[in-house]
Parts: sequence; structure tokens; C-alpha cells
Amino acid sequence: MTPIAMDTGALVRGLYCILPEMVVIGTAILVLLADLLLPEEGKKRLCHLSVAGVAAAILSALWLGPGKIEGFSGMIVHDGMGLFFTLTILAAALLTLMMATGYSEWEGTQKGEFYALILLSTSGMLFMAEGTDLMTVFLGLETLSIPIYCLVGFHRGRMRSLEGAMKYFLLGAFSSGFFLYGIALMYAAAGTTRIPVIASMMRDARLYGNPVFLAGIGLLLVGFAFKVSLVPFHMWTPDAYEGAPTLVTAFMGAAVKAAAFAALLRVVLLTFPAILPAMSGVLWVLAALTMTVGNFSALLQNNMKRMLAYSSIAHAGYILVGLTAGGVAGGQAVLFYVLVYAFMNLGAFGVIMLVAQREDDGYDIDNFAGIGFRYPVLGGLLSLFLVSLAGIPPTAGFVGKFYLFGAAVRSGYVGLAVLGVLNSAVSVYYYLRPVVSMYMAPAPEGIPVPRPPRSAFSFALCASAAAVLLLGVMPASALEFAERSVLSLLM
Amino acid sequence: MVSGVLDYLWLVPAFPLLGVILNGVLALIAERPFLLKEAGLPPPGGSHGHPSRGNSHATEAPGSHGSGASGPHSAPVYRNVVAFLAPGAVGASFVVALLCVLSLAARPPEGRTFVQILFPWIQSGSFLAPVGFQLDPLSSVMALVVTGVGFLIHVYSVGYMSHERAFARYFVYLNLFMFAMLMLVLANNYLLMFVGWEGVGLCSYLLIGYWYEKQSASDAGKKAFIVNRIGDFGFLLGVFLIFWTFGSVSFTDVFARIPLLRDSGVLTAGMATAITLLLFLGATGKSAQIPLYVWLPDAMEGPTPVSALIHAATMVTAGVYMVARSSALFLLSPDAMSVVAVIGAATAIFSATIGICQTDIKRVLAYSTVSQLGYMFLACGVGAFAAGIFHLMTHAFFKALLFLGSGSVIHALSGEQDMRKMGGVRRYLPVTFVTMFAATLAISGIPGLSGFFSKDEILWQSFSSPHGSPALWFVGALAAGITAFYMFRLVFLTFYGGSRMDPEVEKHVHESPWTMTVPLSILAVLSVAGGWVGIPASLGGDNRFEEWLAPVFRSVAAAGAHGAATGAHPSVSLEFGLMGISVGVALAGIGIAYFLYRLRTSKPAEIARRVPALYDLVYHKYYVDEIYEWAVVRRVVDGSVWLWQMFDALFIDGIVNGIADGVRSAGDRVRRLQAGIVGGYAFSLLAGAVLLVGYILYRSMVP
Amino acid sequence: MSGLLASLQFSSPYFPVIVLMAVAVGLSAGFVFLSQWVGPKRYDRTKYSEYECGVDPLTTSTVRISVKFFLVAILFLLFDLETTFLYPWAVLYRSLGLFGFVEMGVFVGILLVGLVYAWKKGALEWQ
Repeated sequence: MTPIAMDTGALVRGLYCILPEMVVIGTAILVLLADLLLPEEGKKRLCHLSVAGVAAAILSALWLGPGKIEGFSGMIVHDGMGLFFTLTILAAALLTLMMATGYSEWEGTQKGEFYALILLSTSGMLFMAEGTDLMTVFLGLETLSIPIYCLVGFHRGRMRSLEGAMKYFLLGAFSSGFFLYGIALMYAAAGTTRIPVIASMMRDARLYGNPVFLAGIGLLLVGFAFKVSLVPFHMWTPDAYEGAPTLVTAFMGAAVKAAAFAALLRVVLLTFPAILPAMSGVLWVLAALTMTVGNFSALLQNNMKRMLAYSSIAHAGYILVGLTAGGVAGGQAVLFYVLVYAFMNLGAFGVIMLVAQREDDGYDIDNFAGIGFRYPVLGGLLSLFLVSLAGIPPTAGFVGKFYLFGAAVRSGYVGLAVLGVLNSAVSVYYYLRPVVSMYMAPAPEGIPVPRPPRSAFSFALCASAAAVLLLGVMPASALEFAERSVLSLLM
Repeated sequence: MVSGVLDYLWLVPAFPLLGVILNGVLALIAERPFLLKEAGLPPPGGSHGHPSRGNSHATEAPGSHGSGASGPHSAPVYRNVVAFLAPGAVGASFVVALLCVLSLAARPPEGRTFVQILFPWIQSGSFLAPVGFQLDPLSSVMALVVTGVGFLIHVYSVGYMSHERAFARYFVYLNLFMFAMLMLVLANNYLLMFVGWEGVGLCSYLLIGYWYEKQSASDAGKKAFIVNRIGDFGFLLGVFLIFWTFGSVSFTDVFARIPLLRDSGVLTAGMATAITLLLFLGATGKSAQIPLYVWLPDAMEGPTPVSALIHAATMVTAGVYMVARSSALFLLSPDAMSVVAVIGAATAIFSATIGICQTDIKRVLAYSTVSQLGYMFLACGVGAFAAGIFHLMTHAFFKALLFLGSGSVIHALSGEQDMRKMGGVRRYLPVTFVTMFAATLAISGIPGLSGFFSKDEILWQSFSSPHGSPALWFVGALAAGITAFYMFRLVFLTFYGGSRMDPEVEKHVHESPWTMTVPLSILAVLSVAGGWVGIPASLGGDNRFEEWLAPVFRSVAAAGAHGAATGAHPSVSLEFGLMGISVGVALAGIGIAYFLYRLRTSKPAEIARRVPALYDLVYHKYYVDEIYEWAVVRRVVDGSVWLWQMFDALFIDGIVNGIADGVRSAGDRVRRLQAGIVGGYAFSLLAGAVLLVGYILYRSMVP
Repeated sequence: MSGLLASLQFSSPYFPVIVLMAVAVGLSAGFVFLSQWVGPKRYDRTKYSEYECGVDPLTTSTVRISVKFFLVAILFLLFDLETTFLYPWAVLYRSLGLFGFVEMGVFVGILLVGLVYAWKKGALEWQ
């Protein structure tokens, strides 16, 4: 038999381009092995190991730099946008794992598999963010999702946790079917699953006029819409978010959303312009519905976790406004907002984790009464994160929203921008409620004492707060990075 | 060096920010432990000092009054530090602002615009919004008023708030407010202005809710914040449109590009109307105009110095400032100008009539503020921006004085705010009485005092300017008469006549400490003499004030429409005639007040009895709050319930009930139900997918 | 819609597929509705009970199966799949050369870690 020719150089380049992913996966395996060796009381070392692994992955991503490196004959690419999302996702994972130092002790997630699942899911997200082939994106999506299903149901003893995991899993499998079927139809029509190749074929009327192709792209969109929970594909979100261990909820809001938007952005920016009238209509309606339903449903919630779940739906709608606008400005706004949202979301969840004494009813808004002046640092941090989520200057949330809606106005979607600004005016009401409760409601007898955070936990909170403020006051360099990333994709 | 001083412009907002930081540290490390220890259990919420300090006096619990820094057990030293730091920071920024303005004045008139860019804030592509300050005649007037009046009110607060436990926290908020307000005033672009705009809103909310254990106070805070957000939404959209049209948000760029864009047809009158009306929506929120004025009277729940500073002298005038700042845009759209003028005039008379029937001394002043702000918008709407800013300044003096004076009365009367329980206070509070009387004369438009010159300028312009009309003048003059009436009603009820005070309260009546009376006196001097910088030519003055502002508004007139600001002057005799009428109306108002509240004190009640429907309508503020509650708040709540149920509750409630039933019966009925619910979720997914794909196919296939 | 139909003319290669789908869906749906419509519906207790070849059920039909069964099943599935991969690899072993060896080494290595983990965690013990 003749040996099959091997291009060693290409292989090495491919491996080089997925260096951060390999570091994360390697750490996951190490964590599993270490879990076997460590005694029960030494389990917190696992968390430290994971933090170190993610930090190493961040360093390796930075080492790769923003230059374009293609690997595995174009299945995956490390470019500016890939780097931006890689860093966002890894930062979210790092903060999550730092918060895990405290959370795991309180809520019984100090287990090897917990950290390994987080890391494996992170690796899936990275693949999704850097995949330039629909198959890579799909594999990344599944690698991301399956550990998350397990993580949502990690609290085996809590009914809500199991319920959320079950629903998420069933519907997630359903939506994966849509996703895969969409890819299949697109392949049938175009003969390839490579995103840039499809994009270059879009000029051809035979392709963009082909109903099979269009149905494929529609189904693909449904798959994405499920993952980023756009209305009406959002039904699972409140249940899964409320049921999941709070740390996982925070992680899902920040990182899963970032990864899904990364891949969606790649598809939308490259392929949608050619079929604009139909797609922009769809995105417009989805964005409008998502913002409105998310915000108005959040108005009625008395449980902080559930409120933030609906708020996360609403924020997906805001981000979609940027996608609808499209172009460099829209893409840049999306990138920046995903980054900002990761910080404010993780920060807000981090604080409420400390205040709530237990899962489920610990997150009722009444539990936050009167803690503002009693625990000024916690109160101040939560207020900061909520104010940023509401989009009030000088926080990063304001700059992000300004860019999203500004991009929409610039692309001529004034109506959508008006709707967005109106929505964020509505959202102030429910973001203000916890603040009012913290500062202006009398504390009940026997005011609950928040958990004393571990130093890594405190550091994560302070880092998120610093990021929210810094990106609000001096966002120039991050915005520039985002702009260059989008340009690197479009060129 | 001339520009040497101006380079330190950034210090103006920096000093209050420093004050925030230092006082914040003190509040955290010195005051909080102290408060917590003192409160012990039950926790801090329940046992805080209420504005009615009368009880505290009786029990001597939170401190004896007057000394400014005394606790029950030991006088914490930090209070003295705060009492020095907070006013000191504002005083320092006043001094810097004054020096900067002086060096600006040394420049030739056309060169009086100084821009200092600190660092780029948002920058990408062609878009740049820096953190930068702009000092020109307009912003220098604002900066001086804000820091000057602000400083006096800080000093006053040291005395007024001396019985409060959360002393440092109060000054943190107050300094933070000063910082935000100065950002608003000095910003060189719309976006940074918006930052200050939101910032003052936030501080206002914090300060209204300062006595948060009063339910009404925290409700009022929330109301103020949310009503303001509606206005902010307009402002932000206006900024988007400005950015879209002009490609910039900085003042100098936008105004410089107007002629070019207008000639090239990019900037149509319709676009100008859209931009300016959106901006004006923002202004109606912040400056409490119809239809968004409802929050300001409720804001009186905050401490009185806060009402003076934020809800009379500075923050609420931000809308007027913003409209004046955007005068070049407003002049492009006659429609928008008319809207501004009509809303201003309507608000002026509408809220003046409400002021007639209020019995709470601060609420009278609140409606008076709304009414006076209406005058300022009336001025802007008829193109007399300089007159509007002039009235803004004089109003800051006399209205701050009125509030502080009423605060002094309330302080003396142990927290009593109802004028029906006052009377004859003149004997006990001579300084307060004299200063407040001067302010009342000023607001009523008695010739020679500050309010006369500014108000008369507005009335004259609303008659004679090309944008004006006799109808606007008539409404303005009528409102002036009503103003004189209710202000003298306030003075007569409070200071004259026999005492209607609680005997227990009357025992403790005392003149306020010097930290309160000195600011009152200074403001009284300003209320009397503050208008002399703007005496019109017809009265032998040279109207320095308008001349000072002219570079801002003249370049506006040149760039904007057709010489609106300098309309042909009708005859001087007409001007004198109108002046005479408005003074006559004011005197008539005072006369009626004298008749009703000094000579025939039984008459008001009799009138109220005779026209009960009208009296009720006015007394209940035309039921506007109730209408809003019914028409807006209820609708929003219903709407969101509907949306939520529509999409989620149908399924989620089903599950909650399902689980509950499951626990009860543990039968397989529940399992079927639950399966059906996930099925429901899946169905919505499927339906969404079908719709989405169907829509795409339909849109792409059908040409 | 006329445009949509026009684009799916008889000449379209998808036309037979669409006809097939339509017939399939139509037939199955039709029979379901037909039996619903025609068949008599008399519900009683017996109808709701579980059907076990005519014999009365001894226990309820929902029995909790020990999680160990699932564990073993999943492990079996995993390692079974591994074997499936090994077959084609072995056939092409010579032409893949060293690269193929290393690649399979990594694959088996990762699964080995999984096996060790499962073993140490006691997933293979049947108590």
C-alpha cells in the first residue's frame, strides 16, 4: 500500500492555531485525573488548577495575536474576530472559575467533574467562535451544549435544577436537529459547508434564489436563535437559568451567548448582505420581539435569578439590533456589547450569589431589603452592575447600547432603534427595583449576613466592576480592537 | 497668563469629585460603623431621624441643635471634617470657575470659546466623543451660577442637616450632584452632556429618597427617576439623529456644519423639527414642563436644601440650558419654536394656578418653580435665548433664597410644612423674614429687583419678537399676576397675622444658626441686585448680560435662521406701556392677596365653598397624577402581564401547578401534563421555525 | 405564493420529493383522523389500565431502573464506538504511517483517561 502523503507543516500550523483550545482541553483532562488522586479536603486545588489552565489559555491566545492563521484546510481560523471572542469567552470562564472558589464550597459543586465540564464546554465555545466551516461550528455547538446540560442539572437534589436540565436538554436536542438539517440543506444547495466559500457563491442568483438553500439558512438561524434565546425560541431560558446552579447560570449568560453570537455573526456578516431584504426583515422582527417580550416579562418577576434570565433574553434582543444593522458598525457594536455583557452579567450574578443564602427562594427580591447601607461594598457593586445593565452612563452598558442603537440608526433602522431605546427605558424600572429594595426598604428582622467571599471571588467581582467602569469611561481601545476584528473578517 | 488659568478648567468639576471621594471614604469608615452601632438592633432602616426633628428635640436623642456636629454620646470628629470638606470643594471650584471666566472675559468677544479636550472617550472611525470641556459665555454663566449658588447651599446644609445622622452620606450625594451638574454644563458635546444629564438625575433620585424610611420619599424618588427616563429617551434619540445628520456630536462641529448641510439639502426643516422636538422632550422631563412636570412637586420629599439646589436653582434648569445651547438647531425649525413657546407659556400659567391652592409651603414653591421654568422656555421659544438664560440666573438667586428661607422656617418650626399651622413667624425669624420678603418682591416682578428685569425682558420679547405673539404675552402677564398673588399669600400666611402654631412647637421657635442665615443674606443681596447686569436700553441701562451672551447667540443667528434674535425694535413707548401693564398686574395680584389674607381672612374659605368643583379641581392639581396613573401606569402593567402570559405564563404556570398537583396526587395524570408542557415549548419552537422559514422563502421567491 | 409555486415546476428535481412527502404526510395524517372520527370512543377504567398481554398488571408500569444499568450501557457505547474507529484505522494502518499511529494514540489515550476515571470512581463495581 502506498503511504498517504502527509503535510506535516499544515498539521503543525493547524495545531498551533487551536493552541488555546488544546490548553483548555488538556486542563480538563488533568483536572479529571487530579480528581482521582486528591483527597476530599484537597478538592479546592482542582479549582485552582482550572483557573491556572484558563489563564494559560488566555496567554496562549494573546501569544497567537490577531494575525490570521488558518488550520485544518480552512475548517478553523484564528483571526481578529476569533481572538476577540476567544478572549471574551476565556475571560468569562476565568471569572466563573474564580467565583467557583466560594460557590463550590457553599453549594456542593466542589467536584472534579464540575470543573472538567466547565472547561470542556469552554473548549466547545472556542471552536464555535473560530470555526469557519459549518461542521466545525456544529461540533463546537454540541461540545458546548452537552456539558452545559449536565451542569444545569448538577444539583441532583433540587427539583428545579433537574427540571431545567431536562427541558433544556430535550429542546436543545430538538434545536440541534434544526441546526444540522439547515446545514444539510445548505450543503445540498451549495456543495460546501465552508462559510467563506458559501459567501463567495452568494453573488450567484442560482444559489440565493434557491429555496433549498434559503430554507437551510432559515433552519440554521432557528438553531442559533435557540442558543441565544430569541423570542419565540426562548421558552427554555427562564427554567434553565432559574434551575441551574447560579454560577452556571452566570456562565451561560456570559459565555454561551458570546460563542453563539460569534458564530452567528460570522454567518450573518458574510452571507446575509446578498439576501438582505428577506433576512433583515426576519432579524428585525426577532430583535423587536425579543427585546419587548424579554423586558416586559422581567418587569413582573420577584426572583432575582428569573429576572436576570428575562433580562438576558432582552439583552440578546439588543445585540440582535446590532446584527440587523450589519456592516462594520453593527459588527463592532455586537462585539463590544458581548464583551461588556459578559462582565456585567457575571458581576451581577456574583453579588446575588453572595447575598442569597440558598438556591431558589434565596433569590427573592425581599432578601435584598436593606443590605445597601449595611454592606456598602456589595450594595455598591450590585448597583453598579444593574445600572450598567440598564444602560445608564458612565458605565460600559451605556456605551455598548449607544453603539448598538447608533449602528441601527446609521443603517436606516430608526424604528428599531426607537424601539430599543424605549425598551431600555422600560428596563430601568426592574433594574431599579433591587436597588430601591437595597437602599430604601427597611431590613427585616435578623438581616441575612452575606457569605464572606473568598479572595479570588472578591477579585473576580472587583475585576468585573473595574471592567464595567473602564469600558464605560475609556472604551476607545476596546472599540478599536472590535472594529479591527470585524474588518479582519470582512476583508 | 490668560490661557494659563483656562488650562485649569478641568479643576472645576474635579474639586467636587475629590469631595465625593474623600467624603465617601469618611462615610464608609467613620460614619457607617457609627450609624450601625447606634442603630444596634433593629437594623438601620427603622430608627432613622425623620425631618420632623421636633420629637428629637423633646427626647434629646439624636443631638442638640445648632452646634453642627453633635451626637448623643460623643460628637464624632468626622462631622467637622465633612462640614469643612464638602463646602470647601465646591467653594474651590467656584473660585477656579470665576478665574477662568475672568480670563475668558479678557479675550475679544469673538474669541470667547475655550475648548479643553481631556481624553478621547468614544472614538471609532469618524466618530469622536471626547471627555472635553467648553467654556464660552453661555456655559460660564451656568458654571458660575451652579458653583456659586451651590456653594451657598452647601454652607447652609451644614447647619440645616446638623441633626441628621447620615451626615457624610448626604454630602457625598450633594458633591456628586455638583460633579454631574458641572459635567452637564461644561461638556463640549451632546454625549458627555447626556452623561451629566443622567448623573444629576441619579443624584436627584438619591437625594429625594434620602429619608427613605418615609414611604412617600422613596416613591417620589422612583417617580422622579422614571419620569425623567421618558425624557431621557427623547434626548438620546435626538442625539442619535444629530449624530446621523451631522456626523458629530460636539457643539462646535454641529453648529458649524449647519449652513453647509442646510444648503446641500441634507438638513431639512423636517429633520430639524424631529431633532429639536426630541431634545425638547428631554428638556420637558428634566425641567418639569407639561406633560412631564408631575415629578417635581413630589420631589419636595427630599431635604429642603436639596429642593433649593437641585429642584429650583440648578438641575431643573438643565433643560433650558440645553435648549439655549441648541438654539442654532431650534431656530431652523419654526414649528419646534412654537411648540417650545406654547408649552412654556401653558406650563407657566397652568402650574401657577395650582400654586394658588397649595397649603404645603414647599409645594407652593415647587409649582412656582415649574411655572418660572415655563417662562424660561417661553423665552427660548420666541427666540429670546439670552432673556431665558437671564431669567434662569435671577431665578436661581431668588428661588434658592425662597427655598432656603422656607427651610429656615421649617427648621425653626420643628419640621412643620403646613402654612395653615404657621402665622406671625416674622417676630421670631427676622433675618429669614427680611430675606424672604426681598425674594418675594423679586419673583413678583417689582421694578428695580432682579426678577423684574428678567421677567419683563421675556414678556417684551414674547410680544415683539418675530416668533412671539400678543397671546403669548397675555398668558405670560397673567401668570405674572398669579405668581405675585400666590407668593404674597405664602408670605402673609407664614409671617403675618396671629400664630396658628402648635403651642409645643411655638416654644422651640428660634432663628437659625449663622451657617444658614449668612447664605440667606448673600442670596438676598443677589436677588435684589442680580438683575442690574441686564437693565435694558429703554431704561437707561446697557444690558451687559445680553451683550456677554451675544457671541453665542449671534453666531447662532448668523448660522441659523434669518436674524431672529435681532428683530426690528418696535417703539420704546410700546415697551414702556407693556412694562407698565405687567407691573400693574403684579401689583394687582399683591393687592388681592393682601385683601384676602390680611383684611378678610374668612374670604378664601368662602370662595372655596362657593365654587367647590373648581376649587377641588385646582386643589387636586387637576387630577393629573390620577389620570397618568390610570392611563399610563395601569396600561403598562396590564400590557406586560398580557405579554408575559401570552408567551410564558401559559406554560410556566402550568408547570408550577403541575408540580404542585404532582406532589398531591402523585398520579400519572401529572406526567402526562408535564410531557404536554415540554411539548408546548417544542411546539412554539416548531411554529417559530415554520414561520421564519416560510417568511424567508416567501420574501425571496415573490418579487 | 404563485411565485413559490412557479419556482417548483414539474421540471424541478425536487418535485418528486415533494410529491412523496405530500403523499406520506397526507396518508398518515388521514388515517389518524379517520380512526379518530370513525372509531367509537368509550372510556372506562379498564381502558386506562396498563395493557400486559391480557394479564392483570402486578405493579405499576413505571419501575425505577438502577442508574448502574445506564452507566454500564453508556460505557459500553463509548468503548464500542472506539472499536468501530479502530477497524478502519487498522485496515489503513500501513498507509497512514507514523502520523496515523500517533493520532490513534491520542484518541485511545483520551478514552483511556476516561476509563481510568470511571474505574477509580467505582462505576464498574456492581454493588
